[in-house]
Amino acid sequence: MTRSAASPTPGSAPAVDLEALRFAYERKGPDVIDIPRFTAAAGERVFLKGASGSGKSTLLGLIAGILDARSGAVRVLGEDLSALSAARRDRFRAERLGVIFQMFNLLPWLPVGANIVLPGRFSPARRAGGLEAEGRRLLTRLGLDPQAVWDRPARALSVGQQQRVAAARALIGRPGLILADEPTSALDADSRDAFIALLMEECAASGAALIFVSHDGALARHFDRAEDLAVLNRAGLAEAAS
Amino acid sequence: MSAAPILSLAWRSILSRGVTALLTVATVAVSVMLFLSVEKARHGARASFENTISGVDLIVGARSSPVNLLLYSVFHIGDATNNITWDSYQEVANAPGVAWTVPISLGDSHRGYRVVGTTQGFFERYQYAGRRPLRFNEGQPFERLFDAVVGATVARQLGYQTGDEIIVAHGAGAVSFIEHDLNPFTITGILAPTGTPVDRSVFVSLEAIEAIHLDGATGRGTARSLEELEAMDLRPDQITAFLVGLDSPVGALRLQRAVNTYPREPLQAIMPGVALAQLWQVVGAAETTLAAVAAFVVLTGLISILISILTSLNERRREMAILRALGARPGHIFALLVMEAALLALAGALIGAGLTHGALQLGAPVLEARYGILIAGLAPGLTDAVVVAGVTLAAAVLGAFPAWRAYRQSLADGMTIRV
Repeated sequence: MTRSAASPTPGSAPAVDLEALRFAYERKGPDVIDIPRFTAAAGERVFLKGASGSGKSTLLGLIAGILDARSGAVRVLGEDLSALSAARRDRFRAERLGVIFQMFNLLPWLPVGANIVLPGRFSPARRAGGLEAEGRRLLTRLGLDPQAVWDRPARALSVGQQQRVAAARALIGRPGLILADEPTSALDADSRDAFIALLMEECAASGAALIFVSHDGALARHFDRAEDLAVLNRAGLAEAAS
Repeated sequence: MSAAPILSLAWRSILSRGVTALLTVATVAVSVMLFLSVEKARHGARASFENTISGVDLIVGARSSPVNLLLYSVFHIGDATNNITWDSYQEVANAPGVAWTVPISLGDSHRGYRVVGTTQGFFERYQYAGRRPLRFNEGQPFERLFDAVVGATVARQLGYQTGDEIIVAHGAGAVSFIEHDLNPFTITGILAPTGTPVDRSVFVSLEAIEAIHLDGATGRGTARSLEELEAMDLRPDQITAFLVGLDSPVGALRLQRAVNTYPREPLQAIMPGVALAQLWQVVGAAETTLAAVAAFVVLTGLISILISILTSLNERRREMAILRALGARPGHIFALLVMEAALLALAGALIGAGLTHGALQLGAPVLEARYGILIAGLAPGLTDAVVVAGVTLAAAVLGAFPAWRAYRQSLADGMTIRV
């Protein structure tokens, strides 16, 4: 996998390093996020427990560089996001991050395969490594038959299958950090555990760190470390949407 | 930011919205088809109008206004203010530089179609559509006194063939109470369609016009025998107008001035091309209105693209958030929607242009046979390319509106998908 020369090699810098981070949606509105300190080491798999309205989606938006912090530092994979322009942050996200949502991760009008290689459209670096072969390999590892699903429209898949395709897409191009926002809430208990096991396995295999947020504290046992966002986030105000 | 990946995304996104996209494209296609059809009709009408008469350097008649003289002498609309004398005609006809003249005498009609008294020279000299001569579909020019030649429309509408007899009526109305029924004419020739007023005319000799008015201008004609008439000198004293051809068109201005200042009679000479252009300025206003209406229909088509994209915007917020999470810049979101609008318009415009020309090709034989409009002049060309490009561009500009909303939304939403 290509990395730009300035970036540190995986393992040397923490995957996520937040310091005195504050964020509000409106200029004069109350803080939604107020986190004095949070760190996830490279390759570490962290469970963040957060109820609805604890600011977990907002926090992920900040780590992904889509939202702009009011103050404080957001360092991701050794890169200080607050020092980057919006365009550079978008580019950074395209090259170095993988994201899995709660549900509806896929563009319904694209076939499965096109969905998986979609990050390559926005990142030449990520496109470099033979995306399609890797996508097929990931699908196989996540328990889907690439032959059968690659050309099927995404909307034809079950929710559980869609989440696994989303995981394959997040993992493609070996990003250094995977952000997962309640990716299992639409799954039943059995597929949930299987999905998390697969995700952990693939993150370990590619050396990616994982930030996994969920309201379901029972999932914490799968992870290296668990944190409670209600404790981390001093703002503790209800977020507009979960 | 490279456009290619977004372009193919936009295309697939459109394909996924099958029926809606199809209807939107159909709306644009129909509006573009209407616009192009109006454009083609404008061009065809203008071309056939300007092609009404050619190869004639001057038209001379009684003094009125140039447009008026053109209207009654060529288009057979309205009446002459006055006639001109045979002597004046002869004087101009014998002026130096004049190659030929063809006299015209108007005033009678046949079932609403004007009767033109003239000479056989008319069929040799009258040209239209860039020097195309008159052709006979059947028969030949008039030879005997009560022979007549009819235009293509007259023959088709009234079902005439050579050998049929027709009655000429006094005056120009469709229904006339005075018919020169003592002197029926025999059709000796039928002209091929020209798309000009010639198609709607009946041609007889000047002498015949003189003959049927010998015994009182408003009578039933003359009871004299054909032999007696043919022995008479039927040269008219007056004619309505005459066409002039010159040895060299350079002399037209000089002769025009000479005619206009002719001392013994108030004459007027016009150059057909100049008068046609003047007349078109009047007629052309309606044509411009028509084009404006068609342009508004195209605008309606473009707005339908806008509606279809705007209504889909809310349900697509999720898509935008996914794209953002994958590293798409807000500019990519903007480009995606602008390209969707442009692609819908492009598809619609191309289909519309295709349908227009398909219909023109199908209708070509009828257009040429009935109206004398040459399809060659209406072949796909720069106009069509400009219209297709213009519609696409306009859609892209209009698409900036929903694109801007999506752009704002995607900035505000971030990765949080709020629905």
